[in-house]
Amino acid sequence: MGARDPGEIVVQEFFHMDGYAFYVWGSYAIVSAVLLLNVISIRLQRRKILRELAELSEEE
Amino acid sequence: MHFIHKYGSPNYFYQWSGTWLKILSALTLILMALGLYWALIISPPDYQQSETVRIMYIHVPSAWMSMFTYVVMASAGVVAMIWRIKVAEIVVAQSAIIGASFTLLALVTGMLWGKPMWGAYWVWDARLTSELVLLFLYVGVLAIYSAYEDPRTGAKAASILAIVGVINIPIIHYSVEWWNTLHQGPTVTKFDSPSAPLSMLTPLFIMFFAFKTYFFALLFARTRNALLSRERHTSWVQEILEK
Repeated sequence: MGARDPGEIVVQEFFHMDGYAFYVWGSYAIVSAVLLLNVISIRLQRRKILRELAELSEEE
Repeated sequence: MHFIHKYGSPNYFYQWSGTWLKILSALTLILMALGLYWALIISPPDYQQSETVRIMYIHVPSAWMSMFTYVVMASAGVVAMIWRIKVAEIVVAQSAIIGASFTLLALVTGMLWGKPMWGAYWVWDARLTSELVLLFLYVGVLAIYSAYEDPRTGAKAASILAIVGVINIPIIHYSVEWWNTLHQGPTVTKFDSPSAPLSMLTPLFIMFFAFKTYFFALLFARTRNALLSRERHTSWVQEILEK
């Protein structure tokens, strides 16, 4: 085995999280997912409401 | 009580919250980026918890916000009951959804920390149990709110549960002192003898502010959507649409 690039080792250690990768990255993934889904759902909701309101004003 | 009626009028609320929504969204993005960088890269691993300490930087703010959101919801419930402010009624329902998200995140990240550190995803200790009760309270408020055909009646009934449920907040907070819990006692609020170093408190507080600005941005955005939908036949909504 040749010597590894030190930068590569740092990156691997970062993802490895001292063996706790599942718990640490799992936590960050779930928090990110829930926080982002909240934002996306509001955007979609807003678009839907504006579309409905536009249809409403066309009918009048 | 003039200001409650002024800031709580649907038209005026929609205007001032629009400006704040932009400011809060920008702040959230900056604080989240800074907080993540600090939590995952700059801060050191703990000598006992190793890398799992990084879970704390999102677990603790989630747990704090789960309680803060409840207080906001219950306060809006009081305003809704006394002054019959429509915006406050909407805030009760919208904060229940956001609060349920934070509570769920506090529970799940706590479980993911508990498994490697305690050896179990879940234990029935007072802190964990009272936090689970909090989730049920949020779900209960939402269920009652949507059980009535008239949203204003639903809001009134939901506000009563929200206000009564406030009793659970001091129970969650003091649970680690009143009962012998596996969950650790207060770390951050012991200002006389802080038990966490600055390198760990810094990402925690950045994340805390990030979660707080996120909460208000989300609450404003949700409430604005609900207002537009609910007030679709009023003149102020028509004026906004014409712009």
